[in-house]
Amino acid sequence: MRNTSLNKVHELARRDSRVVFIGSDLGVGTLKAMKAEMPERFFMEGVAEQNVVGMAAGMAMDGLIPYVNTIAPFITRRCYEQVAVDVCVHNLPVRLIANGGGVVYAPLGPTHLAIEDFAILRALPNMAVVAVSDAEEMKRLMDVSLDWPGPLYIRLAKGGDPVISQPTDDFRIGRAILRRPPGRVLMVATGATTERCLRAAEILAAGGVESGVLHMHTIKPLDVGALLSLVPGRDLLVTVEEHLLAGGLGSAVLETLVDAGVSLPKVVRLGIPDAFTREYGSQETMFETFGLTAGQIAERVRTAL
Amino acid sequence: MRQDSPIRQAARQAEARPLDNRSKHLRRLVVEGLLGGGRGHIGSSMSPIEILRVLYDEVMRFDPANPKWPDRDRFILSKGHGCLAQYALLADKAFIGRETLATFCKRESILGGHPEAGKVPGVEASTGALGHGLSIGLGMALAARIQQRPSRVFVVMGDGEINEGSVWEAAMSAGKHKLGNLVAIVDYNKIQSYAFTDEVQPLDPLPEKWAAFGFDAIEVDGHDVEALSALFRGLRYDGDRPTAIIAHTVKGRGVPFAEHQPSWHHKNKFTDDEVRAIAAALEDA
Ligand SMILES: Cc1ncc(C[n+]2csc(CCOP(=O)(O)OP(=O)(O)O)c2C)c(N)n1
Repeated sequence: MRNTSLNKVHELARRDSRVVFIGSDLGVGTLKAMKAEMPERFFMEGVAEQNVVGMAAGMAMDGLIPYVNTIAPFITRRCYEQVAVDVCVHNLPVRLIANGGGVVYAPLGPTHLAIEDFAILRALPNMAVVAVSDAEEMKRLMDVSLDWPGPLYIRLAKGGDPVISQPTDDFRIGRAILRRPPGRVLMVATGATTERCLRAAEILAAGGVESGVLHMHTIKPLDVGALLSLVPGRDLLVTVEEHLLAGGLGSAVLETLVDAGVSLPKVVRLGIPDAFTREYGSQETMFETFGLTAGQIAERVRTAL
Repeated sequence: MRQDSPIRQAARQAEARPLDNRSKHLRRLVVEGLLGGGRGHIGSSMSPIEILRVLYDEVMRFDPANPKWPDRDRFILSKGHGCLAQYALLADKAFIGRETLATFCKRESILGGHPEAGKVPGVEASTGALGHGLSIGLGMALAARIQQRPSRVFVVMGDGEINEGSVWEAAMSAGKHKLGNLVAIVDYNKIQSYAFTDEVQPLDPLPEKWAAFGFDAIEVDGHDVEALSALFRGLRYDGDRPTAIIAHTVKGRGVPFAEHQPSWHHKNKFTDDEVRAIAAALEDA
C-alpha cells in the first residue's frame, strides 16, 4: 500500500507540475524513480518533522501541492502544532501520508504506533482524515487527492492487505461505501477493520444473523447521509476501529447521530482501550488482544444481540 | 573536498583494526536478539557498541541488583532503535537474563524494538521517537544538582537524530544551566535512514556546532576502547560546561558486508548465508 501510494505521488507529479514530494529521512531507495526524473520536486529532508510540515505549508502557500510522508506518529504527534497552525489554520492543500497507521508497527512499541491519529487530526478544523482498506482503494484515493481543496491525512495500513474494494466503487472523499447491506446489525468500520468486519459478517450469516458493513474510509468529513439512512431500524450498531476508543471513528459516528437527533439502537464500540500497549508481537496478535479479529468481532456482535 | 579533522581521519584508518573478543562477544549478544526477533536495526546497534561497553565496563556507577539506586549514573539511549546494543550490555551486566535476548520483539517479551522504561531494568526512559533523550537527560542532570546527588547523565544520540530541532533546544538549555554532569554523545556513523548524512542533512562542522551551544566538544574514535576510556576518565563532570562527544563510528561495525551500508540500517529478514556470514565475522580470534 505504501509503494502504491508513493508511486501515485510520482504519477500525479507527472500529471501536475504543482505536486512535490517531501520525505523525512525515509527508507533507502524511496521513490528513486521520481527522484531521478524530477529531482527539483523530490525532497528528502532530515529527521525533522516539524520542519518538513512547516516547509510544506510554505510551498502550498505559493501554489504547490506537497505530499509529505513519514511514519504515522511522527507526521501527527511530533509536528502537531505545525499541522494545526501552518497547515490547517491556513487551510492548505498539504497531504500527509502516514506509514504504519494503527498497530502496524506492533513490534516497535508505543513510540511507533498511531492509535490516536484519528482523534487528534479530526479535532483540527479543515483537516480531512482517510484510512482506505487496501492498495487498490489507495490508488482511487490518490487520484482524487489531487483536487481535494484542503489538508488531507492519509493513513496507510500494513501492506499486502486483502483487496476488498471494487473498481466500481466510485470512490469519493467523504462518501462511505456500503460493502454489505445491513440486516439486524450494521457494522461501521474503517481502514484494515473493514475486511475483518466483512469476514465477521460471513461468520454471523452462517449462524443466521444478517449484518451489514459500512466502509467509512473517511473519518472526517464523516458521511452523515449514509449513517442517517442506514442506522434507523437496526437492532445493533457496531463501530470497529484500529484506534483508541477515545475520539476515533466510534466517537465520530455517535456524535453525528446524536447531533442529528437519531434515536440510537443498541451500540457497541470496538477498538483499543485507554492504555498504552503493553506487548509487542504483530498487528495480528494485537488485534487478537483487543478483540478485533473477525471471529472475536462476530462473537461480540452475537453476545450483544 | 571537506577538510576532515585528524581524529576523523585516524578513525577511518583504524577501521582495519580487528575487534577484540569482548567487542565480538557483545555483538554476538546483539545477534541473539536480532535472530530471535527475526528483525532489528542491525547497523544502528553495531555502531555504538564500544561506547556502551566502555561506559558500562569502566565509567558508569550502577547496581544491577538495585537498578533504581538513587545515586546511580543515568544512561539514555536516545537513538532507541539501536536498543539491541543496550540490551546486550544489560544482559552482559545481568540486569536481564541472557535468554531474554532471544525474545526480542515477541508478544510477551520485555524487550521491544525500542527500549521501554518500567519494562526493562536499567532503561531509564522510553525512547524510539528520536530527539527526546537530551531534554530528558537535561532534566535528570538538573534533578541531580537540586537533590545534591553525584549522578552523571550520559545520552547517546544518532547523527540523523540530531536533525531534530528539539536536540538543539536541549543543547542551548544545557549550556545555559552549565551542566558539567551532562554528557551528550553523538554516534557519528555518517549514515541515517535514507542515505549518508552528507546527502540527507550535512552536519559539519559538528564539534563547532556543539561548542557554539556551550559544550566542551571532543572528537574520538568511537571504536577505540582505550581512547574512549581515557576520554571518559579524563572528564571532570563537575565543571560548568556540559560535554559533547563526537564519536566517529562505522554503521554496522563488525559485520563487514553491513559496514557503511545504508541498506543495513534495519532488516526484517536474514538469509541463511547472511546468518552464517555474521556468525563467522564475530567469531573469537
Ligand atoms: C521522531 C522520529 N522520526 C523518525 C523516526 C524514524 N527513524 C528511525 S531510525 C531513523 C534514522 C536515524 O538515523 P541516526 O540517528 O543517524 O541513527 P543510526 O541508525 O544511523 O545510528 C529514523 C528516521 C523516529 N524513530 N523518530
